Amino acid sequence: MAILDILRLPDPRLKQVSSTVERFDAALRDFVADLEETRLDGPAAVGIAAPQVGRFQRIVIVDVSGRPKTPNHGYLVLINPEILHWEGFAMGREGCLSVPDYTGNVMRATQIRLRAQDLEGQTHEYDMEGYEARAVQHEIDHLDGLLFVDRVVSRRTDLYRRKVYAPRGGQGR
Amino acid sequence: MSDMSEWNLLTLVGADRPGIVARVTRALYGTGCTLGEASMLRLGGNFTIMMMVSATASEQSIREALQPVAEELGLRLHLDPLQGGLHQHLLPNVQVRVNGADRAGIVADVTEALVARGFHILELESDVAGGAERPLYIMNIQGYCEATLEELGEALSGLGERGVAVDVSPVDLLIG
Repeated sequence: MAILDILRLPDPRLKQVSSTVERFDAALRDFVADLEETRLDGPAAVGIAAPQVGRFQRIVIVDVSGRPKTPNHGYLVLINPEILHWEGFAMGREGCLSVPDYTGNVMRATQIRLRAQDLEGQTHEYDMEGYEARAVQHEIDHLDGLLFVDRVVSRRTDLYRRKVYAPRGGQGR
Repeated sequence: MSDMSEWNLLTLVGADRPGIVARVTRALYGTGCTLGEASMLRLGGNFTIMMMVSATASEQSIREALQPVAEELGLRLHLDPLQGGLHQHLLPNVQVRVNGADRAGIVADVTEALVARGFHILELESDVAGGAERPLYIMNIQGYCEATLEELGEALSGLGERGVAVDVSPVDLLIG
């Protein structure tokens, strides 16, 4: 087990697109253990992606179970994750281990259907909402070389909350 | 000289037009200053900006560099030493959204109720929508408060009776 170095902007490697994981072996499990240890070492991160520690493979960890009143699937290792369907949009404030001392508002889908493999290579599908869905979208962005700073919108954008943010009518407040 | 501030706060206000930021920052760059945090907003059709300008150049040389630009573009200029510096962000944990038929006193009513619960406003933006016939006041506040959302909601409940809709929600900060 080891705590890995986190790449920080403006490191250009964070813009790299990660490749598909094809070998589900002990080396992968060892790396994921280190990645989790690295996540827990930092400031309260609910997720981490392999490229943040310089390994450009499609591997993320998400765990929002420590947050009260938040629907979640617990500790998740998501290998080759793929969003199959998304719905609804909401603004939320995000920060990132790779961008210390900065937070910004980002629009994300409020509900997603996700397909991903686990450490053994088994495929699973998850229906996610809210905070957990946001965390997964943030981490999958890393696999595509995107950071939340690439998606930040103006604070003022949120002044007028339009109905379009809450499709299907029922979610608006 | 150790108490000399490392930053100046530059404020510019004037009629809006494209290109002001480019002209101003080019002139500042010419003085050797660097820029820190900045916020530009259009308020009532006017250009407004406040920006942290490093005190690496003297106040006088900054003024001399900006004066021709400010005169040409019709901008009023303030330059003051600024205490503090970068990396002093506080994170909001509560968002308060307000809207109601425009009338005097909404901001005072809402913010007095908030501060009575120890609410520290970190960001505030407001606008008047709805057109001249039926103006609608809209305000969005983010801040830090240790009181619960329920306590804040209760503190603001009187506003509803006076025709002001107030919504209190958590700011969901996510670190990933």
